[in-house]
Amino acid sequence: MKLLFERSVPGRKQAIFPELDVPEVAFDEGLLRQKAPRLPQMAEVDLGRHYTELAKQTHGVNDGFYPLGSCTMKYNPRVNEQVAALPGFTDIHPLQPEATVQGCLRAMHQLEGMLAEICGMDAMTLQPAAGAHGEYTGLLLIRAYHQHRGDTARTKIIVPDSAHGTNPASAVMAGFTVVAVPSNAEGGVDLDALRAAAGPDTAGLMLTNPNTLGLFDPSIVEICRIVHEAGGLCYYDGANLNAVMGHARPGDMGFDCVHVNLHKTFSTPHGGGGPGSGPVGCKEFLAPYLPGPRVVEGEDGACGFDQPEQSVGKVRSFYGNFLVAVRALAYILTLGREGIPEASASAVLNANYLAHMLAEAGYTLPYGERCMHEFVIDCGPLKAETGVSAMDVAKRLLDFGIHPPTMYFPLIVHEALMVEPTETEGRETLDEFVSMMERILDEAHTEGEKLHGAPFDCPIGRPDEVTAARKPHLRYEFGQEG
Amino acid sequence: MSTIPEELSYTTSHEWVSNEDDVYTIGLTDFAQDALGDLVFVNLPQVDDEVVAGEAFADVESVKAVSDVFSPVTGVVVEVNEDLLDAPESINEDPYGAWFVRVGEVTEVGELLDAEAYAAHCEQEA
Repeated sequence: MKLLFERSVPGRKQAIFPELDVPEVAFDEGLLRQKAPRLPQMAEVDLGRHYTELAKQTHGVNDGFYPLGSCTMKYNPRVNEQVAALPGFTDIHPLQPEATVQGCLRAMHQLEGMLAEICGMDAMTLQPAAGAHGEYTGLLLIRAYHQHRGDTARTKIIVPDSAHGTNPASAVMAGFTVVAVPSNAEGGVDLDALRAAAGPDTAGLMLTNPNTLGLFDPSIVEICRIVHEAGGLCYYDGANLNAVMGHARPGDMGFDCVHVNLHKTFSTPHGGGGPGSGPVGCKEFLAPYLPGPRVVEGEDGACGFDQPEQSVGKVRSFYGNFLVAVRALAYILTLGREGIPEASASAVLNANYLAHMLAEAGYTLPYGERCMHEFVIDCGPLKAETGVSAMDVAKRLLDFGIHPPTMYFPLIVHEALMVEPTETEGRETLDEFVSMMERILDEAHTEGEKLHGAPFDCPIGRPDEVTAARKPHLRYEFGQEG
Repeated sequence: MSTIPEELSYTTSHEWVSNEDDVYTIGLTDFAQDALGDLVFVNLPQVDDEVVAGEAFADVESVKAVSDVFSPVTGVVVEVNEDLLDAPESINEDPYGAWFVRVGEVTEVGELLDAEAYAAHCEQEA
């Protein structure tokens, strides 16, 4: 398809301005640009068609199934949008007097309380703007805690080898050194390796539970105990909270602080549609270090701001992505105390149904058919037998209007496809996915070579990722006439 | 089957090493580059940096993942192959020519395999 610059016609324009009714201002010559900016010149109708064409080439939850593992691409109910569009939430300014935005403060306070309850934490901040930002904030709390005790020797963060890549990256950003611990044969943390890694230099552990293999670590209480006995703190990466919300709480497992991804678990826009939000929760003893200002409720019932005494400082301007928080609040209130655990139970049921059906179909599930909210397929055996890789399977799914599962992650499974259906998909959609996967398996065995060329019906086939990474073109190159 | 030159030594984490007058040249093996796929970015240490046997001293990035490169020896970096920064593909094209660093003042050499033992190790991992 043509770019805007290629659709541009010199002199064509759309805007019809009203007559100038204010005095004209003469700018200093030095402030004026010498050459007109090279902007596309086109009619509104052509511009509209361009963006509509682009929109047609995307894939979102409104287009079709989106089982992108570890991303929780659930459907976001429209009511969230309606609530977030209320003028009382939108027509405000972060610097306006507290007395005039009591409703907004109340909404933040209420959401913080509900998230804290779901996570088993005592205090929350809504400031972090995404998951990794939340991780970084949580690690700042851990660092501040050790430093205020005068314990400066704790420089290491322990991370399992099945972790999201953001965990070690956040730890390094926060000034720690990363120690990786391997997984055991069942996909959980190797306890002996953890005991060997934990010591007087351990600042903390970062763990996702259930982990990226979709497995709930049965040793979780022991894991937290080992880290605590070594003097470290435990950080819960809430990326996979959708598997356990309403059933099990990180705080009860032994974790000291957490982040949750509102854009995953709590049904706010996600994947190009953001912005995200990664609130951080902690136990009472870490609350003095939280980013400020925090929303507090006074004795008179009015909400106001308070700066925690030993705050690590702001991690974002003002109060985070406020309207995202409003959407999450709408979601939690809609589902209620019964709906929250039902949502996660359905997510787990959907994943187990798919895992079972795909194993029946002939796919290899390296950690068995039982899982939490997601599971990993190993296409290694398929590749050895037919030459068809996880990449080929993923690309072929595009032809069927399905967003492929997460590929080549977690790294400990080499030909991984990580499937997370979420609770918002009906049985018919899951069955349709299974039949497409059966068809691909059949094609792999009968015409495997062909699959290396998939997808066949998409606007773009296989982009040359290697050249794009090695020699990126980051801006439009004008021709001679430009 | 990947190429494994007789005259080099190897680590189980797929680095190759050659020792000339106590200066150790280190790179990634053919097996490693094949497993990683097309490399698009390399992160290298600087001259005078200390490296420790068994610990990461560089990392390489493919379109799939970022992977650490581990040092087979403890010592000090005396030379860095900066050409790799602009041409990470040379690791794919010529793994035994595309050395990463040269290390001197070596105080410890980790466990190394000869070509035959390394070939057996690759066989096991494949």
